[in-house]
Amino acid sequence: MSTIVLLAVTGLGLGALYFLVAAGLSLIWGLMRVLNFAHGAFFTVASYAAWSASQALASASPWLQWFVALLVGMVTGGLFATLSEAVLIRPLYQRHIGQVLVTVGLALATVALVEGGFGSDPRPVSMPAWMSATSPLFGAAIANTRIVAIVAAALVLLLLLFFLRRTRYGLIVRAGVENRAMVSALGIDVQRAFTLVFAIGGTAAGLAGVLAATYYGTIDPARGTSMLISAFIVVVIGGLGSITGSALAAVIVGLLQQFLNFYAATGVGDFAVVILLAVVLLVRPAGLLGASS
Amino acid sequence: MNARAPLLELHDLRVTIGESQILQGVSFTVREGGITGLLGRNGVGKTTTLRGILGLVPRTGSVTLAQAELTALATYEIVRRGVGYVPEDRDVFAGLSVEENLRLAERPGAAHRYDLVYELFPELRERAAQRAGTLSGGQQQMVSLARALLNADNRILLIDEPTKGLAPLIVKRVADALRRAAEVATILLVEQNLAVAHRLVKDVIVLDQGRVVFSGDVEELIGDPVLARRYLGLAAAREVH
Amino acid sequence: MKRLRGGALVLGVIVLVAIVLPFLHVPLPGLMEGTLDSPGTLNLLGLCFVFGALALSYDVVFGYTGLLSFGHALYFATGVYVTAIALARWHWSMPQALALTAVVALVLPLVLGAICLRTREISFAMVTLAFAEAGSLLVLQNPFGLTGGEEGLALGAGVLPAALAGVVNTRNLYWIALAFLVVVCAIVWWAVNSPPGRVWQAIRENERRVAVLGLNPYLYKLGAFVLSGFLASGAGVVYLLLQGGANPQVTTASFTLTLLVMVVLGGVGTLWGAVIGGIVYEYLDFRLVELSNASALQNLPAVLRVPLSEPLFILGTLFIVLVLFVPGGLGSLFRRANRRPANA
Repeated sequence: MSTIVLLAVTGLGLGALYFLVAAGLSLIWGLMRVLNFAHGAFFTVASYAAWSASQALASASPWLQWFVALLVGMVTGGLFATLSEAVLIRPLYQRHIGQVLVTVGLALATVALVEGGFGSDPRPVSMPAWMSATSPLFGAAIANTRIVAIVAAALVLLLLLFFLRRTRYGLIVRAGVENRAMVSALGIDVQRAFTLVFAIGGTAAGLAGVLAATYYGTIDPARGTSMLISAFIVVVIGGLGSITGSALAAVIVGLLQQFLNFYAATGVGDFAVVILLAVVLLVRPAGLLGASS
Repeated sequence: MNARAPLLELHDLRVTIGESQILQGVSFTVREGGITGLLGRNGVGKTTTLRGILGLVPRTGSVTLAQAELTALATYEIVRRGVGYVPEDRDVFAGLSVEENLRLAERPGAAHRYDLVYELFPELRERAAQRAGTLSGGQQQMVSLARALLNADNRILLIDEPTKGLAPLIVKRVADALRRAAEVATILLVEQNLAVAHRLVKDVIVLDQGRVVFSGDVEELIGDPVLARRYLGLAAAREVH
Repeated sequence: MKRLRGGALVLGVIVLVAIVLPFLHVPLPGLMEGTLDSPGTLNLLGLCFVFGALALSYDVVFGYTGLLSFGHALYFATGVYVTAIALARWHWSMPQALALTAVVALVLPLVLGAICLRTREISFAMVTLAFAEAGSLLVLQNPFGLTGGEEGLALGAGVLPAALAGVVNTRNLYWIALAFLVVVCAIVWWAVNSPPGRVWQAIRENERRVAVLGLNPYLYKLGAFVLSGFLASGAGVVYLLLQGGANPQVTTASFTLTLLVMVVLGGVGTLWGAVIGGIVYEYLDFRLVELSNASALQNLPAVLRVPLSEPLFILGTLFIVLVLFVPGGLGSLFRRANRRPANA
C-alpha cells in the first residue's frame, strides 16, 4: 500500500512538472500554431537564473533564498519568452515553418550558452531543510518537494482556468485557438494575445525550472530538453490547445511512467508513454480533449 | 438618386492566392445608407472581395472608408474604423457560449446595441449560456449577425451570404433583420438567393471572373435577360421570364 | 543545355579533386589541423560527406515531399547500430552484416512510415518523434547487452576487414564516404526528377490537388519515406566505419534537430543546398571545437570567450540569422550571386 502511495505521489509530482511546461506549449500552439522548441530553453535559463540568485543570497535564510529564487526563475522565464516572441517570432508572422525553425535555433544556442557558462555537469541546489524532508501520508514517507510541485501545478491550473474563463484576454485566447482570423475581424489585436501567451507560458516554464531543481536536487543544462519532449508528448496526448487536456495527460503520463518503471523494469514506463502517444494519435488524432477540426 | 455620399471605395483591388489571380482589379463605390448587393456566380471573387477589404488576404490596390485610407492597416484596425463582418460560414466560436461570442465582439469605447440584437433574435438571450457550436445553423447565423450589429459605431457591415443553407422561415427572419440593420448602418451584401437580394437591394455590383462587369440599379440588371443570364446564371434568367 | 554541361564539368572537377585529395601532402593553415593527406583531415572530410548525404536523405522527406519528420535519427541509428551489433556482438562477416542492415533499413521505415503517414502535419511530426524516442530509449536500455547503453558500442580490433581498420587506412574510408555521397546524390537526383519525384513535390505544394488527379498521395509519401530512411541507414553504416563505433548520441531528438538545421542551412528542397548544409555544419561543428581551444580565444574576456567556445551556440545563432534574413538558405546566396531567380 505504502509503495503504491509513494509511486502515485511521485508520479503526480512528475506530472505536475510536465504540466507546468506543457501548459504554455499548449496555449502557444493553440493560438499561434507554433511548436515552440525553445520552451525547454525558457525552463533551463530560468532554473540557472534562480540558482545564481540563491547563490548570491547564500547568507540569507534558506526560505528567503528559496522564495527569491522562485521569483527570479518565474520572472526570467516570462521575460525571456516575451522577448523571444517579440524579437524572433513576430517578424516571421505568416511563415510558420520559419517560426518553428527559429525556436529550434534558439533552443540549440541557449542550451549551448548555458553549458558554456556553467558547465554540463549537474550542480546541486540548496533548499530549506523542510523541502528535502518527508511527510507521512497513508503510511508512506512522501518527499515534500513532490507535494510542493503538485500544489504549485494545481494552483497554476486553477489560475489558468480562471484566466481563460473569466477574463477578456482569456476569452480572446480561447476564441483565437478556434479561429484567429475571425478574432481580428472582430477588431481585436491578436498580436497582443500572442505576446501574452508567451509571457504566461514562459513564466510557468520558469516555475517548472525552479521546482524541478528542488525536485531533483540538482540543475543541469540537458534537463530542459528532456522536459520539453515529455511536455510535447503530454500536450499531444491531451489535445493541442486544451489546458485541462494537458493536465489530464500529465497525470496519466507521470503515473504510467512511475508505476511501469517500478513494477515492470526501469525504462519500460518511458517506453510505454511513447507508445501511448503513438496509439492516441492514431486512434484519436486530436488528442484526449482536443477539438477535432 | 445617387446624391448619397460615397462611404466605401475600392480602387483596383487585386488578390492573388497561390498561382491564381482571384481579383483582377476590382473598383467600385458603396454609397452611404441602404443595402448594396454584391452579386455574381459562384467563384467569381465576391467573398474574396470582402476578405480583401478587411485585409484578411494579401492584396494590392486601395480601400478607403469615408475618404480615409484603410489599405495599410491591420485587419483589427480596419474593423475598429467601423467595419462589421459577417463571414460566409458564420464563423461563430463553437467552444464559446452565445453570451461569450457577443461579449468578445463588444468594442471597448462603443455603445452596444443589445436592445436591438435581442429584439431581432430573442432566442440569443434565452440561449445565452449555450455553447455556440451546439446551435442550429440559423441560430449560428443570428449570433454572427448579432456580433456585427452590436457595435453602434459600425458604419458599414460586410455580410456574406447570410441566408445560405437556411430554412425558408429563417431566411425571412434574416431578411427582416437585414432591413432593420440597414436603418442603422450601410450594408454591402453578398447574396446568392436572388429573390432575397431583389427585395432588399437597390444598388448592385456584379462581379465576373474577378472584375466588375455591372454597377447600377437592380431593376436594370434584372430587366436585362442577357445580362442576368450571363452574370447571374440560369436561375436568374428563369426568374425573370 | 550549355549551363548543364558547364555544371557537369565543374562537378566532375570537384569529384576528381576529391578523389586525388588523399595524395596531396598540402597544409591548409586555419582550415584544417593537418595536411590534406593526414588521417585527421581525411576522417573529418569523410564525416562531412556522410552528413552531406544524410542531410540530403532528410531533404527527400522534409524538403521535397513536405513531411516534417522528427524521427530521422532513428533510421540513421538503425544503420549504425544494426551493423555494429552484427559485427561486434555476433561476429558476422561484413557482407552478412550489410545484408541484415539493408533488410532492416527497408522494413523499418516501411512499417513505421505506413503507420505514421496515417496522420499529417504536426501529428505526423509528433508520431515520428515518438517512434524515434522509443528507439533511443531502447538503445539506452541496452537490451541483452547488445547496444552498450550510454557507453555506446566500439567495434574493437579485428572486427573490421584489414583494409578498413587502422589509421593508415583512413584514406580507404574517405573514399568509401566520398563514393557513398556521390551515389546518394545520383539516386536522389534521379528520384526527384522521376515521375514519382514530381508527385512528391506536387504533394508538398498541394496534396489535395494530387488526390484529385487520381493519384494516391499516401503511397507516394510512403515511397519517399522509405527511400529517405534507407539512404539514412546507409549513411549510418559509413558513419560507423569512420567512427569505429556506435554512440547513443545519434539516436536522440536533438540529432534530428541538427539534421533540420543542416537542411535549412543549405536550402530546403534543393539537392546541393542540403549536401552543402550537411558538409558545412559538420565541418563547423568540428572545427569550432578546435578553435575554442585556440590561444587567441583563451585571452578574450569571459563575455566573449564563453559564447565563442560553444560551437552549437554559434551554429544556432547562425541558423536563426539565416531563417530570419535568408529564407532560401546558403544555397540561395550562391544562386543569387549567379543572378538566377532565388526561388527557383
